[in-house]
Amino acid sequence: MLNSSLSKKRKFYEAFMKVLMFISVGATAALTLFIIGYVFIKGFPNITLNLLLTSPSYLSENIGILPDILNTIYIVISTLIIVLPLGVGAAIYLTEYASNKKIVSIIEYATDILSGIPSIIYGLVGMLLFSNNMGTCLLAGSLTLVIMNLPTIMRTTQESLKTVPQSYREGAFGLGAGKWRVIRTVVLPSCIDGVITGCILSIGRILGESAALLYTAGFVHILNTQITALMSPGATLTVSLYLYAKERGEFGVAFAIAAILMILTIIINFAATSVQNYFSKRRSL
Amino acid sequence: MKKNKFKENIIHGIFLLLGLITVGFVLLITIYLVISGIPAIREIGLINFLFGKEWASTAAEPKYGILPFILTSVYGTSGAIIIGVPIGFMTSVYLSKLASPKTKYLVQTAVSLLAGIPSVVYGLVGMLVLIPNIRNIFNIPDGSSLLAAIIVLSIMILPSIIKVSVTALDSVPKEYEDASLALGATSIETYFKVSVPAAKSGIAASVVLGVGRAIGEAMAVMMVAGNAPNMPNSIFQSVRFLTTAVSSEMSYSSGLQRQALFSIALVLFMFILLINATLNFFIKRNKE
Repeated sequence: MLNSSLSKKRKFYEAFMKVLMFISVGATAALTLFIIGYVFIKGFPNITLNLLLTSPSYLSENIGILPDILNTIYIVISTLIIVLPLGVGAAIYLTEYASNKKIVSIIEYATDILSGIPSIIYGLVGMLLFSNNMGTCLLAGSLTLVIMNLPTIMRTTQESLKTVPQSYREGAFGLGAGKWRVIRTVVLPSCIDGVITGCILSIGRILGESAALLYTAGFVHILNTQITALMSPGATLTVSLYLYAKERGEFGVAFAIAAILMILTIIINFAATSVQNYFSKRRSL
Repeated sequence: MKKNKFKENIIHGIFLLLGLITVGFVLLITIYLVISGIPAIREIGLINFLFGKEWASTAAEPKYGILPFILTSVYGTSGAIIIGVPIGFMTSVYLSKLASPKTKYLVQTAVSLLAGIPSVVYGLVGMLVLIPNIRNIFNIPDGSSLLAAIIVLSIMILPSIIKVSVTALDSVPKEYEDASLALGATSIETYFKVSVPAAKSGIAASVVLGVGRAIGEAMAVMMVAGNAPNMPNSIFQSVRFLTTAVSSEMSYSSGLQRQALFSIALVLFMFILLINATLNFFIKRNKE
């Protein structure tokens, strides 16, 4: 009824904008489905037990990605072990200790800069800082990723610390607890959801990272099984995807790795949202 | 009592150090880039370096002009913005204002999946889908081109644009829209003429974020752009971006050539700092 009284120009505007919006949403959704579907269709037939469980050899012309899988796991674990205390500590300083507004704004500005730096620059600086001193190795790669993921851990921890009611802290202080005791017994246990979310997001970022690792962790496909693996060079899944696709033209292997990465991405996405939902539900109870 | 105070002070100090760690990292990165980037610029000359039209690092008489890379990065990013922003913007308005909760949830899930896809996977799909198609449709010998890079980048910046714009549009006070509706504007008119202007700093921030992501992307672009150090005279040319210029010669470079790569990284870092400052400006305005 309302529409019938509109002038022609306004009706056209209305229809035109609606069409544009539908096209855009359709394009976004279709692109996502296409990329995921394409990678799965091309990748799944190439995932074989032999691919997953062997290491590559030039002699038998075998291609296996077991070393790459292990390297990825090593890098994820070592990065998280180093970045967690740093990030959580920094977040605690910002929300619990910092009283000087200027320092807080400087720290937050620095954090913003860190999260905006492209991974190729991290790769370069990581090469100068770590690889040139300790050699190209997994540890150099994960130290580079530590700097990269610090803002993520800091931010998620900070968010969850902000939701801890001030009255909890006041109650503990009122009972005579010192600042450190309050943090240890009241604040830390309640920021666990932020830490978990941060970990999940960081794992996603580490899995997808390649530019920062190329020149820090290197591109070797040798199987490292001992603890010393961290001191030897190795390619992660993303790096070896790049190598197989670009340098060797092995698109089957590349798509198999892409499909594995895609599954992990989907799992991580759902894990992140369900952890957030779980904790926000529990908090509102 | 005194002992307790001492302990508290030590712990405070430890946390202060942890808090300042990001500042330390930023300084470290800046210092390292400046120290390793300046020597080559000095030797080549700032003007020759920034505005030299030819990059021939392995020639007998090497030339280190990075204007082709700078222009490629600027063109590539602008192209991605021109394609990506309208799509992202329209999608955000739809998601924030018109979509049913279920559609909104589904599309937002898709968008965050898109954000999580590793850049090498974008590169791989681009290599096998875009490049052959560009070659066939436009009848050129090689599909690895600026156009392919622009398309890949415009898809990669969609998630940042949509996420930030939807948040901005969602937080427009409902009273604004109600007032406009009560005055007889249709809902679509209200969304575009009232809600969008009210959320404009947030939307601008999302665009700047997209620029940052596009200009910093390395691997996906490396796989589809062809990597020849040409001036970007046409979108069908094989080109090299600032990011890929750093990584494509890093593994075999030495001497002045290697130093010049660090200088390129320094130029890229300057671009990023500039973008960051712009972003901060918009976010600050948003808060006010």
